[in-house]
Order: sequence, then structure tokens, then C-alpha cells
Amino acid sequence: MSALSLPQGPTRDRDVVLDVRGLVKHYDDTPVLHGVDVTVGEHEVVALIGSSGSGKSTLLRCAALLEPITDGQVLLDGQDISDPTVDADTVRSRFGVVFQGFNLFPHMTVRQNITLAPRVVHGASVAEADARAEELLTRVGLLDKADAYPDRLSGGQQQRAAIARAIAVEPRVLLLDEVTSALDPELVGEVLALVRELAQDGLTILMATHEMGFARRVADHVCFLDQGRVCEEGPPEQVLADPVVPRTQQFLRRIIDAGRL
Amino acid sequence: MSTAVTGSAGTYRPTPLELERRGVRARRSRRSTLTALGSTLAFAVLLYVSVTNAPGWPRVQESFFDPDVAWEYLPDILRGLWLNLRVLAVAAVLTVVVALLLAVVRTLRGPVWLPLRLVATVYVDFFRGVPLIVLLYLVGFGVPALRFTDGRISSVVLGTAAIVLTYSAYVSEVFRAGIDTVHPSQRLGARSLGLSYAQSMRLVVLPQAVRRVTPPLLNDFVAMQKDVGLISLLGAVDAVRAAQIGALESFNFTPYVVAALLFVALSVPTARLADWVTARAARREQAGGVL
Repeated sequence: MSALSLPQGPTRDRDVVLDVRGLVKHYDDTPVLHGVDVTVGEHEVVALIGSSGSGKSTLLRCAALLEPITDGQVLLDGQDISDPTVDADTVRSRFGVVFQGFNLFPHMTVRQNITLAPRVVHGASVAEADARAEELLTRVGLLDKADAYPDRLSGGQQQRAAIARAIAVEPRVLLLDEVTSALDPELVGEVLALVRELAQDGLTILMATHEMGFARRVADHVCFLDQGRVCEEGPPEQVLADPVVPRTQQFLRRIIDAGRL
Repeated sequence: MSTAVTGSAGTYRPTPLELERRGVRARRSRRSTLTALGSTLAFAVLLYVSVTNAPGWPRVQESFFDPDVAWEYLPDILRGLWLNLRVLAVAAVLTVVVALLLAVVRTLRGPVWLPLRLVATVYVDFFRGVPLIVLLYLVGFGVPALRFTDGRISSVVLGTAAIVLTYSAYVSEVFRAGIDTVHPSQRLGARSLGLSYAQSMRLVVLPQAVRRVTPPLLNDFVAMQKDVGLISLLGAVDAVRAAQIGALESFNFTPYVVAALLFVALSVPTARLADWVTARAARREQAGGVL
């Protein structure tokens, strides 16, 4: 099932970091993904768009080995991480994942949330991890909340803390799963601004998003998923402004009608 | 394992790569099954050899594992076990009823209910604190001394009452924990539809609470299965008492071993049921969480 291929701009000729090939995912007997191909290059930002249930979140979870895949391959830096003989924990430590619902640990302070993986998984000393956490907290603007517990933070602050936690381990790829969907409209901006900064800093990002305007401004490449297939992909100015596939046109028309683009 | 799935997109057939991976996974799971079997077997053999080679083993075998004695007293002990089962059935039902009442009363709000809440709280505090054996003696010998009736009250009835008193106090706390874990938004949702406090409790909160605490409840049920054996302290001839009589008659401990095995056989199905219910609840709550 190959998606409609369009002439791709020079931006796509980078070293491939994450390469998803023919990914099939079934939940019991319900097919969710039917052979999806997505690649993310070094320093590239790829946005997955599509309606709810199109398989965006499932694709991200499968890529990070948080869900067993039914068929297909996932390559990280050329290594086949879907090979059952690969140690999945080691592979996951090379990903950073930010979830829609933050998934911060409520029994730890923000600082402890951020330093957990560097200390326990990557063997950093407490001093190193704390220094790194301080640096990250400054960057996401939460230094004054370092010793607060997550339930004392607003949704936007929690999500920024979650992003800091995800990038604390210097992941090869940052996966963002609809990171603003659970936020109040007025808090969306602060999180998107942070993601944009990270993109400008050169992080490699694969994100599922409902924020079309944001995808258009930040993404280098956009994939439109529909019913578990990549229906159309290309540079954002093309896919989001001048789509060629009727299903994409219909999807965008609905979004524009709803006033969200 | 299904090899073909029919969905909106027609038929899916696994690629050779996936088939190869399934082979790898199957081989690996076979290997770990074999390892587990091997280590279990080795442990069992080691245990058997070390016990049977213990210096006192011949004596122990004689006085704890005598097949003739076991066979002789098995009918008596089984008859006793039948009494345990009947007591268990009655006690379990009564315990659930009393415990639910206590739990609901303790979650009532408002000053009007203070006396009731107070009574329930004192009940739970007291009966959870008194050791079951002490309570059995107090009820078993204290209540008849009050001479409510002319005739004798059966020790089975008194023993059951003591077990219900203790267990309802424990189980009510399990129910209360369950009620507390139902999110307040559920209550709001029910009240917003015009349901009364009692209706929202009965139709919305309790069904969710009970489902959530079923695994710990089954755990308490397993505990109760064994504790009904304590009614033998009041003289009721249940499985434990029958075994005791057998042991005294035969100068041999084998009847106790028989009773122990029967109680274990009784609790195993409940334990497996508890596992199954817990696993099912976990599957439902953590859809998509396989790690």
C-alpha cells in the first residue's frame, strides 16, 4: 500500500533516523494500521495529521515499541528495532515520548520526574542529573517549580515538565502524541512555543497533532493518515494548502469549516 | 494465532519477515518454558530428597502420613467439611449484606446521619480489633449465658455469628475503599440527571465500586474459608473437630493432614477465580498497556 508519492523537496534528503516500513497493527482482530511507511530524517520535524482513530497515536506507540507490532519493520538509525532479539528496553531509552495526558509520576517532584531516567537508566550521578534538570527546567521556564509536585502545576506547565523529562535523556527521536489535546485553549500556546523552539534547536521530531496551523509552521513534512494508511504526504505548504487526494481535501475543508486552520 | 484477518481493508497475510519473527518468538517461549519446567523439577526433587533423608523422616511419615488412618477418618472429616461449607455459604452472604450496609452508612454525609455513622464506626473499630478467637469465646459462651431462650443455642449458629461480626467489619472497609475510588464526577453525573443520593449510590456508584473491589473481596473469601474451621473451638463437629477426634482416637496426626489438604482443595478454585477476575479487571482498565 504505497501512499501517493509526490516529488519531494530537498529537505527529505537527510540521513534517516526513524524509518517505519509497512507497519501493520491489529488490536485483536481489529486492523488499525495497514502497512504504513513513514521516515523521519535527522533534524527533521514530521507531523502526522488525520482524524481521530486514523492510527496516528498507534503509529507513534508502535514506533517506540510501546505496542507490539503485527507486521512490518521499524528501523532506528538503520537498526531493525522490530527484531524480537533486540532488547526493547535499550531501544526505548533512545526515544523520548510525550503523551497527551502528560503521564508525569504524581508521587515525584518535577525534578525527580526529570532526573529519574538519566539516573536509573543512563547511570548519571545525582549531581549530573540535577544539573541537567536545572538546565532543562530553565529552558522550559519551570525552574521555580522544580520541587513542586505535578498536581500543583497547570496543564501547560505539566506538559512542559513532561517534555523536559522526555528530552532529558537526549533521545534520537522525540515522539509527541497530541501534546496539546488535553490542554485549555489558552495553555496550548506555551507548549507549542516550546516545541517550536526544540524544532529550531534541531531535535528530530515525529508528532501527531490536531493543530494544523502549528503543523504548517513547524513541520518539514506532513503525513495525512486515513483509516490506517498514509493517504497523502509532502511538504506542509503542499499537503495543507493544495492537497491532491480527495480525502485530504475533504478533511481539510472540514477543519477550515470548523475554524481551526 | 490467526493468520488472516478480515477487516474493512480485506485480508491481511503476514509477510515472510513477520513469520520468521513469530518463529523466533515461539522458539524463545519454548526455551523459557523448558527452563521453567526444568528448574521447577529440580527444586521438587531437591525438596523431596532432603525431606525424605531427614533423620526424623520415618517417624514423621508414620505419624503424619499413614494412609490407613487417612482412609479411616476421611468420611468423618468430609462430613465435618460439609458443615464448614454450609457455614461458609451462610456467613459469606450475611457478611456481604452487613458489610455493604456498614460501608454505605459510613459514607453518608450530613449531621442527621451522625448517630448512625458513629454506630457503624464503633462497630467496625471494635470488631476489627478483637481477635476472632476471643470473639468466638465471647459470643459462644457469653450469649447463651444471657438466657434469651430456654433451649440451647447451637454452637454452629453462635460460631457463624462471630465470624460474620468480624468479617463484616473487615469487608465493609474494602467496600468503603471501593466507594471512595469511584470518581466524584460519577456522582455529579448521576445527580445532574435528577437521581436521589440513594439512587445514585445504588445504581451508579455501588456497581462500579463492587466491580473494582472484587479481587480483594475474593481474597477475604479465601481467608474466611479457612476461618470457618475455628467454629470447632465452640464444639461444633466440623472438619477440624473431626480431625481432632480422629487424631485423639488413633494417636496419629494424619487426620490433621487430611483436613489440611481438604481445606487447600477448597481454596484453590477460589484463588484461581480471584486471579482470573483480577486479570480481567486489569485488561479492562489498562487497554493498550502491555508493558
